[in-house]
Amino acid sequence: MLHIYCPHCREHREEEEFHVKGQAHIARPLDPDSCTDKEWGEYLFFRKNPRGLHHEIWYHTTGCRKFFNVTRDTVSYEIKEVYKIGEQPQVVAKG
Amino acid sequence: MSQKNRLQSGGRIDRSKALSFSYNGRQYQGYQGDTVASALLANGVDIIGRSFKYSRPRGIVTAGADEPNAILQMGATEATQVPNVRATQQELFNGLVCSATNGWPNADSDMMSILGKVGGKMMPPGFYYKTFMFPQSMWETYEKVIRKAAGFGRSPLENDPDEYDHVNQHCDLMVVGAGPAGLMAALTAARSGARVIIADEQNEFGGHLLSSRERIGGKSAADWVAEIVEELASFPDVMMLPRSTVNGYHDHNFLTIHERRTDHIADKAPTGQVRQRMHRVRAHWVVLATGAQERPLVYGHNDVPGCMVASAVSTYINRYGVVPGKQLVLMTTNDGAYQTALDWADAGREVVAVVDTRANPQGELIEAVRKRGIKVITGSAVIEVSGKKRVSGVTIANIDAKGEKVTGKAHSLMSCDTVASSGGWSPVVHLSCHTGSRPQWNDEIIGFVPGPTVQKQLIAGGINGTYALDKVLAEGVKAGQEAATRLGLTAADTQLPNVRSVREGKAMALFHVPHSKPTSRAPKQFVDYQNDVTAAGIELATREGFESIEHVKRYTAMGFGTDQGKLGNINGMAITAKILGKSIPETGTTVFRPNYTPITFGAIAGRNCDELFDPKRFSAMHKWHVENGAKFEDVGQWKRPWYFPKAGETMQQALDRECKATRESVGILDASTLGKIDIQGKDAREFLSRVYTNAWAKLGVGKCRYGLMCKEDGMVFDDGVTSCLGENHFLMTTTTGGAAGVLEWLELYHQTEWPELEVFFTSVTDHWATMTISGPNSRKLLAELTDIDLDKDGFKFMDWRAGTVAGVPARVFRISFTGELSFEINVQANYGLYVWEKLFEHGAKYNLTPYGTETMHILRAEKGFIIAGQDTDGSVHPFDLGMGWCVGNNKPFSYIGKRGMAREDCVRPNRKQLVGLKTKDPKVVLPEGAQAVANPKQAIPMDMLGHVTSSYWSANLGRSIAMGFVKGGLERMGESVYYPLADGRVIEAEICSPIFLDPKGERQNV
Ligand SMILES: [Zn+2]
Repeated sequence: MLHIYCPHCREHREEEEFHVKGQAHIARPLDPDSCTDKEWGEYLFFRKNPRGLHHEIWYHTTGCRKFFNVTRDTVSYEIKEVYKIGEQPQVVAKG
Repeated sequence: MSQKNRLQSGGRIDRSKALSFSYNGRQYQGYQGDTVASALLANGVDIIGRSFKYSRPRGIVTAGADEPNAILQMGATEATQVPNVRATQQELFNGLVCSATNGWPNADSDMMSILGKVGGKMMPPGFYYKTFMFPQSMWETYEKVIRKAAGFGRSPLENDPDEYDHVNQHCDLMVVGAGPAGLMAALTAARSGARVIIADEQNEFGGHLLSSRERIGGKSAADWVAEIVEELASFPDVMMLPRSTVNGYHDHNFLTIHERRTDHIADKAPTGQVRQRMHRVRAHWVVLATGAQERPLVYGHNDVPGCMVASAVSTYINRYGVVPGKQLVLMTTNDGAYQTALDWADAGREVVAVVDTRANPQGELIEAVRKRGIKVITGSAVIEVSGKKRVSGVTIANIDAKGEKVTGKAHSLMSCDTVASSGGWSPVVHLSCHTGSRPQWNDEIIGFVPGPTVQKQLIAGGINGTYALDKVLAEGVKAGQEAATRLGLTAADTQLPNVRSVREGKAMALFHVPHSKPTSRAPKQFVDYQNDVTAAGIELATREGFESIEHVKRYTAMGFGTDQGKLGNINGMAITAKILGKSIPETGTTVFRPNYTPITFGAIAGRNCDELFDPKRFSAMHKWHVENGAKFEDVGQWKRPWYFPKAGETMQQALDRECKATRESVGILDASTLGKIDIQGKDAREFLSRVYTNAWAKLGVGKCRYGLMCKEDGMVFDDGVTSCLGENHFLMTTTTGGAAGVLEWLELYHQTEWPELEVFFTSVTDHWATMTISGPNSRKLLAELTDIDLDKDGFKFMDWRAGTVAGVPARVFRISFTGELSFEINVQANYGLYVWEKLFEHGAKYNLTPYGTETMHILRAEKGFIIAGQDTDGSVHPFDLGMGWCVGNNKPFSYIGKRGMAREDCVRPNRKQLVGLKTKDPKVVLPEGAQAVANPKQAIPMDMLGHVTSSYWSANLGRSIAMGFVKGGLERMGESVYYPLADGRVIEAEICSPIFLDPKGERQNV
């Protein structure tokens, strides 16, 4: 069970308090209607499944109800950093 | 039979406290301090079960968690039955009742061997693999034989009478294992000021020192342990947990401990006591001091009762005062096991010979054994034992230096009743594997040690392949000091006690003892006792091309038993490696998963049973519903009235009455469970426009509007009415089950996509009690209780008004889910019951009739209103539902779902569309879920056109009604579709509008 630092509550809490919401940094296209089916399909359905660093959105469901980003290693489950929505990760995969 | 194998003195048992117990229906005696296994051995019970596949008699092999054979069913009563109890770990108590689980009808009888032989033939290696590859019908045939013949125990048929707890713990340092290394680590950390938890699976701390005759600091090992334990107990911040198995080591230093608090007293906890606890520990640092388990050697007929692991024999002698036989042959690849020969001889029984696989072993213990006049046969191995129910002799042969083949003739059939073997030690790396770390082979110690890890983990002692006591103690101190330093404490200096170090020779890496015959023809050489996996079986697997160790395991089922291959996995890997001509590390590692030993369901469940299993939610009017005979339905966590039967009524009769009363006069529904989200902010209106499919820009204060929500893929996921309370203030309602999901979804879009919008969401579901009165007399009824002007032109359909109802401040919404004139009254929840009762006081003359969710469903279906989640399933967009009227195409912002429902697949013809369905025979009600076909005579598999989503008997219409999906259904009005059912019936139905009643909507506008 992960031990997650909420950047809004500013403390570590148990994973049971959170929901993971999938890959982070997928911006909704500003003009969806001008997207082709392929572009829209990629936005909607295609997600990374990396072995290693993954940036994902978590929700402090039973805490502050805030969303935030987590950089997590999908192999070791280490959490490398947490950062607020709108911010960019400091720890990124090489290459 | 008395305790014929019990010594007169010695051991950690109390001979003044005799305990009686029952095994397989017979009474035996043991002593306080015994395990079931030691007591059975004391009584000379050789056979403890029969093997899974070959039905061979099996005896006790080890003295701990690695025991593969002595798996018992325990419990004096039906309710206290526990399966999978390891006799080697279960402490004896007076009145204990247990029986062998393997070997129906009884372990001693040969009757089973008939079945067993059939089983053996039916279950060649690869049985599981092959069986699951072939038709399932085969499995059913096998299963009957296997379950009856083999099954590892059974669960109780009655409720568990005991209580179990979960406890959350936080500590600086978690020490796993209270042997010499663990004790030193815990003591050193505690002296440094750390908050420490130390847990051990045994009933006392001390680990292997409890069965050792070594001396520490001039004292007996037991006295030394007692001193350390006493000091540990003096620290207020040290928690000591005996009888507590650390079963799982999870991510971020989270560990689970299964503590058995009363299992050593009785099979039911004394009144007022908790039987077991599950500790959930978050530790800053962890020291694994889990020790090592001895490997038996693999040789012919090595499963005959009397074949044991060498250190287990010593444990039974030294700790329990039990010598499990009369004449011992010891086979070893290393010096350490010679101690067993000395222990046996000191107990006054005959050591026939020590058979050493090494040509020229040198070491202190060997000299000691020779000095005692015990015969030591070198460069040799026991290649086979004789005897069926008990070892009666051994065949010995010379082997080559690598231990690969027998050199010369097998000879000298020696008579003995016990064969102890030692192939060296395997560090207990299990916990270190749980978080994904792969163990690494170490040639020096001939075993796997923990590999690199990201956990804050230290290791000490046997787990590290360190076995000499002086070095084990030093590693314990070092680990405790390092943990303290890493925790930011000043590490204490712990003096190492004086321990005599023993000079030892080099061990030989031997796992599988060669036989004069090839393995496939040799007597069975067992690797995994619990699953009857033999060396020949592993050979067969590799011959059939299963070369990865993971495949070999699945092919042979090696390591799949309740013992998780603790005893056999390394031997099995070594055999695989030998056949493949690879080294062990090249062959792979074996990864262990939680739990280390089986854990009870009681401990997993803790207090989360019955009332505490899941929260229940009740509306403010729940008491009234109960008093008025409501039947309830679970909607999420809510308990909602389903229907209100009167005395003698069937469910259908109650529904018919409720439906008619509502349409003829007035009915009332408790709608409090609908999700309610208060939305405020200057951009609230804009936000609503983006998340609903329809337009919200012009909704005035005092007005309500129905809205559909889609996800980005264009598929409907929730619906409800949202009302404008003020220019920047709205109240959104959601489905009962969807409330939490909708709120999370609104927050997601607000926080991650449109943070620039000023809008706030608050769940107010529980703040309001909601009661809907519906029917032609609803206005008359409400008028008697409210100060709101109910004039039909002043307070129109889809308006809301604030005022009082029964003197209580209220919001009244003129919205309708029945198609009748309806008012939804919302009052502060605390006043809900009062207002509800006032409505009934005034409603009696109008025959005010309470109805539940079932009548609500029927009434809305008569009007063709959908229920999100029943008539939608995440694959339908608004147009599929015939609800294109609810989609605003001229909204400036591309709202959620707009682009999605314009995808190629969403605009193609012949999509499944929601339509009404009228059965040809009006008395027949279609089953929900039934599949439509165009031609019921078509060969199976037929082309399916869609399924029935909602179907009821409508008392108001005097016929059945249904809604369902049909491909291209909106274009097929009047056509027939057919519903072939599992019982052979075929129901014909006509496609029609889903609005069965009042298609013009006049009834709600009166
Ligand atoms: Zn938070």
